[in-house]
Amino acid sequence: MSDAAFWSTMALTFKLASVTTLILLLFGIPLAYYLSMSRSRIKPVVETVVSMPLVLPPTVLGFYLLVAFSPENAFGRFCEEVLGFRLVFSFWGLVLGSVIFSLPFMVHPVQSALQSLPASLTEAAQMLGKSKTTILFRVLLPNIKPSLLTGIVITFAHTVGEFGVVLMIGGNIPGETRVASIAIYDEVEALNYAAANHYAMVLFAVTFSILLLVYLVNRSFLQKM
Amino acid sequence: MVEIDVSKRLHSAEGDIKLKVSASFKRGDFVAFFGESGAGKTTILRMVAGLLKPDSGRIAVDGEVWFDSHEGVDLPPQKREVGFVFQDYALFPNMSVEENLRFALQKGGDPAIVDELIDTVGLGALVSRYPSALSGGQRQRVAVARALVRRPKILLLDEPLSALDHTMRSKLQEELADIHRRFGLTTVLVSHDPSEIFRLCNHVFKIEDGAVIKEGSPSELFVKERIGSSFKFTGEVLAIEKCEMVYLLSVAIGTQIVKIMATKNEREGLKTGSRIQIVSKAFHPMIFKIES
Repeated sequence: MSDAAFWSTMALTFKLASVTTLILLLFGIPLAYYLSMSRSRIKPVVETVVSMPLVLPPTVLGFYLLVAFSPENAFGRFCEEVLGFRLVFSFWGLVLGSVIFSLPFMVHPVQSALQSLPASLTEAAQMLGKSKTTILFRVLLPNIKPSLLTGIVITFAHTVGEFGVVLMIGGNIPGETRVASIAIYDEVEALNYAAANHYAMVLFAVTFSILLLVYLVNRSFLQKM
Repeated sequence: MVEIDVSKRLHSAEGDIKLKVSASFKRGDFVAFFGESGAGKTTILRMVAGLLKPDSGRIAVDGEVWFDSHEGVDLPPQKREVGFVFQDYALFPNMSVEENLRFALQKGGDPAIVDELIDTVGLGALVSRYPSALSGGQRQRVAVARALVRRPKILLLDEPLSALDHTMRSKLQEELADIHRRFGLTTVLVSHDPSEIFRLCNHVFKIEDGAVIKEGSPSELFVKERIGSSFKFTGEVLAIEKCEMVYLLSVAIGTQIVKIMATKNEREGLKTGSRIQIVSKAFHPMIFKIES
């Protein structure tokens, strides 16, 4: 295995994790806000859908995504013919799969933190004439920084470690869909233990450092409060 | 003029109660909703603020309709010009004292009022402190100041002093009375403490089981004749009035407030807040059965 191949796989892995985390920040926080406020009848349904990836085997999700992305089917054909790109066995397909699969890791910590804030904070801001968006960004989010950080980091780390969904819908195309967890599996199958160890060790070290950093930062934040 | 005439079914721990309240008072009044906890006092306040929707009725302030179930009017809290001081003060923990007040400014509002309010409540030295580093009394002052930044039509106080100790309470009661006069406010207080209401308010609505059962001035509602033969009470002086040759003291004894006469000598050295002992002698104690 060449050094270039190793680094391109690593770069792809972290690019996938970063893009997924960014997208989940944009969509996960409004969704968590909605779930924390809503008393609607469809809320339990939305909550169930968000939590499904926690209990579903990744291969199940991967299988259905594979079927959906396939140009044989309506969604896949729509993407290919109208939007002009193919989702199956492509980087953006992986991103979509990872976003769905990591959704609970972003939504859950943020939602439960928002729910644990006293309702009077929101009400006080309402009495001061503030809109929902202003309340979210100026009052609520600044007071749940530790949970936001946890959400971001767990999402990132979870995407780095994802295997099943990626294998089902991404395959193993170097530079496009071959991420580190797939590469490890691939190298082991080829009895290439040294290369597998190389990937595994870097993943281990990186995830350990990220999580350690989160716990250290959160501890100092809590001490400040 | 503030007119409240609302009803709402409430689900409480002791079963459902039907809240049906009608109350009206003038601009500049300092009124109280008084009653046991669970009687629905806070609910009324929240409905005026727009945080809770009545099932039916009407709320109007100075002729402006805030809620009317017949006409389908229901202004959101943001549109009602109300200052609300929450029981837990609800200061924003991520903002300093000054930031809490500045956040309350409307777009294009005059920032000078922030400094004026900080001065009024005497928080000049604490502007850069965060709420977690303030005492209970200081938090209460910040909460009141923040509620006034938008120059509201009505100031609503939800048991604002209940978490504070006795000395701090009577100090803040004075400050509240002062702020009420100074800013020409219409203030509504929710409280279960007669002495607090007696000191601050000019009109009381007594709430029981979700309805106004009595209203009037604090002395009409709270002052009862005390009869006794060599009974001793300790109490707190709430007010001292001069009345011809003698003085009239309003004294809080337990949860009751009584008015007693004092001579010039007795009055000497007494001021609002003094703790006193009252000894009363009568030759014939009278006995009234209240329960068999």
